[in-house]
Amino acid sequence: MADFDAIVVGSGCAGPVAAYELARAGKSVLVVERGTFAGAKNVSGGRLYTHALRAVFPDFAAEAPLERRVVRERISMLAPEANVTVDYTDDLLRTERAESYTVLRARFDPWLAGKAEEAGAEYVTGIAVESLLKDGARVTGVRAGDDEITADVVILADGVNSLLTPQAVGAARPALGQVAAGVKQVIELPERTISDRLMCADDEGAAWLFVGDATHGHVGGGFVYTNRSSLSVGVVATLSDLVTAETPIYQMLEDFKRHPAVAPLLVGGEVVEHSGHLVAEGGFDAMPPLVGDGVLLAGESAMMCINAGYTVRGMDLAIAAGQLAGQQAAAALSAGDTSAAGLAGYRTALEESFVLQDLRTLRTFPGFMEHATRLFVDYPAMARDMFRQLFAVDGTPVRPLRTTLPPLAKRVGYLNLARDVWKGAKAL
Amino acid sequence: MTQLRPITVNVDAYLGRNKYEVDEGNPHIELVDHADPETFGRLVRACPAALYKVDAEGNQVFDCAGCLECGTCRIVGSGTVVARWNYPGPTMGVEYRYG
Repeated sequence: MADFDAIVVGSGCAGPVAAYELARAGKSVLVVERGTFAGAKNVSGGRLYTHALRAVFPDFAAEAPLERRVVRERISMLAPEANVTVDYTDDLLRTERAESYTVLRARFDPWLAGKAEEAGAEYVTGIAVESLLKDGARVTGVRAGDDEITADVVILADGVNSLLTPQAVGAARPALGQVAAGVKQVIELPERTISDRLMCADDEGAAWLFVGDATHGHVGGGFVYTNRSSLSVGVVATLSDLVTAETPIYQMLEDFKRHPAVAPLLVGGEVVEHSGHLVAEGGFDAMPPLVGDGVLLAGESAMMCINAGYTVRGMDLAIAAGQLAGQQAAAALSAGDTSAAGLAGYRTALEESFVLQDLRTLRTFPGFMEHATRLFVDYPAMARDMFRQLFAVDGTPVRPLRTTLPPLAKRVGYLNLARDVWKGAKAL
Repeated sequence: MTQLRPITVNVDAYLGRNKYEVDEGNPHIELVDHADPETFGRLVRACPAALYKVDAEGNQVFDCAGCLECGTCRIVGSGTVVARWNYPGPTMGVEYRYG
């Protein structure tokens, strides 16, 4: 007889939701979190698309510590001395089905953990799971500190840098092209100043992604998210390219903050936190097995993350996967079979949900991004030069655009341009 | 390996804004003794906390006290520069107040 029906490792987005579902199904469940509180070790960019959270907690908007609802989307091509931005606002972004909110994880995650505790999940914090207990190939529990705790099923929701997934399902160390390093600063500013600078109402905010000079032309990008009274400003760079770059990632962030297109946003702001996090960018093809004997993987520990260039998603995938993991584990417990075969319903449920469908649809995009270096250097420069033709009036006689624009495209090469448009479109 | 551009940012000052419980005498990351300079240089570029540095005399410098526990050096350096990588002990390490 095991100590618990289920043990959940990690209290980020996936873990507490899995524990909540198990507790609600009447199963005994223990959550083990290595931070001194849920969220203490967690970092995100951060914007949460809330459709998945709403499916678990319909009233989340009234309860959860959210920052701002994102109603302004900006994507920018950043050249060293210029910036071209597409700015999108839409009432659709205020509707339930398309809503997203910025979040700070040290505030949001304790709320989510509280929902699991209220439902009956037991919590232990400040203790790391050092290894898994195994009986042959089967996971039978966890070793944490001096304790060995057993369970019929273990759910690993311990994040992108999991030391346990290799033991559980033989997950390989990700290749350098499949993960990115992220560095982020939280910069405090008065609430109204943020609203004014980003042209938003006080409860509403913006998400702003940059490609190009944010990483000095390397594979990756920069971001700015509006929190209630702070900005989250960061850079993400794919490791395979970053490790030989001429600029370290922390200097990329500093240069990005000083770029003329970004610096005015930050004037008078105070850096209150400097954080780092790995980002799983390999998509569908980088995922380890999701099910093993007595074990399930959910969230970033399973590399569930989508970077489509204009959107970056992880938390909604984690919440949905946590929900399905909890439900399927409970069903397997009730059926008395938590072997890999007994837990296989989790994989099927993920296949039927948006989680694996979206990961599969966008599976070729990570490879496209990694190889399209033109996207990070040539196209931002091309955008800059096109807009110079349009807007820089200096008294020299104007030449028709039909003669000035084509040479810009020719510089990149018509064939390359066509190929990138075609490949990018096909990957998306 | 490309030449590094001059570093103008003081990351240590930023790390000073973070909350840490430092486990004195118990480093959770240990490096091999004499790392290959080129491989060490990969970690200089990738570590978000700037914990991997080469000083003016060309010495490799590393201190895991300001670690953000992201795992980047584990992915990039395991088996070459990084001899052992673990999370800090119970209640130790960084404690994010914003995240």
